[in-house]
Amino acid sequence: MDRMHRTWWKTVIGVVLTAAMLFPVYWMINVSLTRREAIRNGDLYPKAFTFEHYRVAFGDQLPYLGTSILVGLGTVVLTLAISAPAAYALSKLFVPGRRTLNFVLIVAQMIPAVVMALGFYTIYTDLGILDTVPGLILADSTIAVPFGVMLFAAFMTGIPQELLQAAQIDGASYWRTFRSVVLPVARNSAVTVGLFAFLWAWSDFLFASTLNRNGGKLRPITMGLYDYIGSQNQQWGELMATAVLASIPTAILLLVAQRYVAAGVTAGAVKD
Amino acid sequence: MVRPVGIQTPAPAPSLGPALEGQRAELGDPPARRPRRTIRPSTWAGLAFVAPLVIYLAVFYAYPLYENVSMSLHRYTRATFVTGQAPYVGLDIYREIVASPLFWPIVRQTATFVIVSLVFQYAIGLGLAVFFRRGFRLSGLLRGLFLVPWLLPIIVSATTWQWMMDADSGILNRFLGVFGIDPVWWLNAEHSLWAVTIANIWLGIPFNLVILYSGLQNIPTDLYEAASLDGAGAWKQFWSITFPLLKPVSAITLLLGFVYTLKVVDIIWIMTTGTGTSQTLATWAYGMAFGKGTSAVIKYSQASAVGSILLLVALVMGFVYLFVQRRQED
Repeated sequence: MDRMHRTWWKTVIGVVLTAAMLFPVYWMINVSLTRREAIRNGDLYPKAFTFEHYRVAFGDQLPYLGTSILVGLGTVVLTLAISAPAAYALSKLFVPGRRTLNFVLIVAQMIPAVVMALGFYTIYTDLGILDTVPGLILADSTIAVPFGVMLFAAFMTGIPQELLQAAQIDGASYWRTFRSVVLPVARNSAVTVGLFAFLWAWSDFLFASTLNRNGGKLRPITMGLYDYIGSQNQQWGELMATAVLASIPTAILLLVAQRYVAAGVTAGAVKD
Repeated sequence: MVRPVGIQTPAPAPSLGPALEGQRAELGDPPARRPRRTIRPSTWAGLAFVAPLVIYLAVFYAYPLYENVSMSLHRYTRATFVTGQAPYVGLDIYREIVASPLFWPIVRQTATFVIVSLVFQYAIGLGLAVFFRRGFRLSGLLRGLFLVPWLLPIIVSATTWQWMMDADSGILNRFLGVFGIDPVWWLNAEHSLWAVTIANIWLGIPFNLVILYSGLQNIPTDLYEAASLDGAGAWKQFWSITFPLLKPVSAITLLLGFVYTLKVVDIIWIMTTGTGTSQTLATWAYGMAFGKGTSAVIKYSQASAVGSILLLVALVMGFVYLFVQRRQED
């Protein structure tokens, strides 16, 4: 407590730095609440206050928000379904070629999305799944699957072997051990992986703008926002209101799950 | 940075824990592990659990990458979509790309974008990490808020920066005007590289802060106590303790930052559509295949060739990453 009193000046500096860092976010909200004719005045707070932009933006963007939720949830399910069992195998069972697989997972996270998009584009054209929601879900999952496997595996390595052996002595199959012992213990990892998978799918611009360009209403919110940007006379108020709507998952993530977020960023990048 | 990051959204760092674990397991005397030639049940189970991932990686990673490389070796034209014919041309397209008058300027711009972004992201991130190293009132909350730029959809940040950098009514020029600086035409051809670099630095700070902060937590505090008993000031302590001991973490941070920054498309594309000096290799590839000029000329083969060059760099960086991690283990 004593040290806390001596460091109040650090809190002051910290608040100032954070405010500077978050200024663009504040500015986005400020513009979204300012009446159209006053936006170019650049007032530091919404002096000419209005909710009108939100009414318009919400009306226009509702279908896209719905698609984004659908794509996000689909990506979460697919990511978890593939990464959790694989991580169990890699951390607890004998898998030939495990080293190679781990290397592949690292490189997979370094591949430029534009390269993936080009490849997907030709394949999707051939298969006829261009501009479809499942196609976008599959592509978006590639952002999260390698990360998911590594985060799960890093956690599952720490599950005591005795716990799994006890289950097996009781006659549980590998599948049952995985489902009833490993998965419940790895719940927090699943939340972290799921949150990130959702956020990345929700935020994705590159795959949406290439693989789902002509999907009409079945395009995600990033495309809805991009339509506004591309329109002839840019309506900054509505644009910023949509941007705020598109930021909702970020806000929720920070409010509900900050500790999971920090865990996700640092996962394994720094070895103790 | 970063996916992440930058990045493509600056994605979080890959983990090497299990990789090293696996390596140890495999080095451990194989004959003893497998006394008989029959495959043990646990191996069958392992294979079964890992099979979906392997199939997934083959279908959704290897195959698209194969398609990409194959496209760069065949000449795709408009006619290709009608006839399905794309003659094999070997490395011709790569030669044309490198010989193009655009190539070297774009490489230079890409290098500037990546290096300037990295230097500032790292320096600012490190400064903040040191600032936050010892907790103070509200420090946890403020550190959490610093993550916001990294978690926002990039299209949201890019649009906001675009408006803040508006030449006439942007807040940035107004702010500069307070100091008597003439308005800067941020998003025009000449300055666009600096505009997107500034936005990208902002995006990458959180990633650097978080990784470096957790690196700092692993430096024993008694080192600092001993140093201050010896009369070393904060500056001296930073250069003789913090910076040297943080080197391994810094190497990883910069390496990942490099990869993430190199592949950035969205922040640039949304702010400037890669016009003028803000064109990088990644946006060039994106623009040639999917950009606004799509209706006029489709250059899939050229785009794939540039993409394959980026892919090669990513692969090399993957090896460097492994090498750095492994050396740190020793």
